[in-house]
Amino acid sequence: MDKKILETVKELTAEQLGIEVDEVNEKSSFIDDLGADSLDTMELVLALEDEFGIEISDEETEKLKTVADAVKYIEDNK
Amino acid sequence: MINLEGKTALITGAARGIGKEIAIKFAETGCNIAICDLDKEKIESTIDEIRETGVEAYGEVCDVTSMDSVKDMVKKFLEKFDKIDILVNNAGITQDTLLMRMSEKQWKNVIDVNLNGTFNVTRSLIRSMMKNKYGKIINISSVVGLMGNAGQANYSATKAGVIGFTKTVAKEYGKRNIYANAVAPGFIETDMTEKLSEKAEKDLMNNVSIKRKGKPEDVANLVLFLASDLSDYITGEVISVDGGMRM
Ligand SMILES: NC(=O)c1ccc[n+]([C@@H]2O[C@H](COP(=O)([O-])OP(=O)(O)OC[C@H]3O[C@@H](n4cnc5c(N)ncnc54)[C@H](O)[C@@H]3O)[C@@H](O)[C@H]2O)c1
Repeated sequence: MDKKILETVKELTAEQLGIEVDEVNEKSSFIDDLGADSLDTMELVLALEDEFGIEISDEETEKLKTVADAVKYIEDNK
Repeated sequence: MINLEGKTALITGAARGIGKEIAIKFAETGCNIAICDLDKEKIESTIDEIRETGVEAYGEVCDVTSMDSVKDMVKKFLEKFDKIDILVNNAGITQDTLLMRMSEKQWKNVIDVNLNGTFNVTRSLIRSMMKNKYGKIINISSVVGLMGNAGQANYSATKAGVIGFTKTVAKEYGKRNIYANAVAPGFIETDMTEKLSEKAEKDLMNNVSIKRKGKPEDVANLVLFLASDLSDYITGEVISVDGGMRM
């Protein structure tokens, strides 16, 4: 897993959800572990799109459950 | 007092009538304007009029009942303007007749423009508004969506539907600084009400306290208020502009 992407995703996640970066690890589930609601997830996706210059469709968004899922998606689509 | 400089508004069905008046009123306060409609010629003449105020204005032919057409229109406008701050879902039609004579087609046509059209355009723009963390959405409902009206089962159903939709959008996106309100006009003099019979017109006017018909400008003034920061603590609301037709 690309360390740099992972760090950026963790930072954006923490910022978006108003929590500390060290509360987030690659296994964290956005909804179950970090308390995101579906709108938070959407907004995080928008932030990731901006940061990495990618597009994440609504169907793909549904599949991104954990930090690792997001990192993998970014690696594959960057 | 109201200054929309630096903002851009998308107004549907704005080649004539209430939508056109809204576009012009917005432009007079410095707002850049994007309009769509079915009527190409009228779009062009309306755009010319709007540009006289000095703002940037563009029009697109777009049928709001077609999601593809709407997506394409929104994409083009976002390329031209970068962001759209204000959305006015105004495109609407009537196909009046008593329920017992109403065909399935008449029912569906009206739902398609007034309700599905509102969904299509809002759905296509909401992501971009979320990104900007700002949006003022104003949906044009109608007083008959609140009180019903003989001969307008289809139309009143759509206008009531728009109110439920508006409140839901207000709840879903309030946190993101996106506002959604509905406006419920009464009897306004436009091409839409032109085709009413004299009797129907008289019956409607009987219930109006302010003894004149409404003008597109009366509606546009309220929409302008809801698009401006004067209404920054108002969302999920339905405001009538009907001269007291429904109290
Ligand atoms: N006039 C009234 O008394 C009154 C009262 C209450 C609510 N309203 C609402 O106000 C809005 C504007 O009405 P108006 O009186 O200006 O009517 P209008 O008929 O003058 O204007 C409606 C505009 O919408 C456009 N339009 C229709 N179908 C479309 C489609 N599929 N895609 C894109 N554009 C389309 C038309 O070409 C037209 O330019 C409507 O939603 C109407 O229901 C009007």
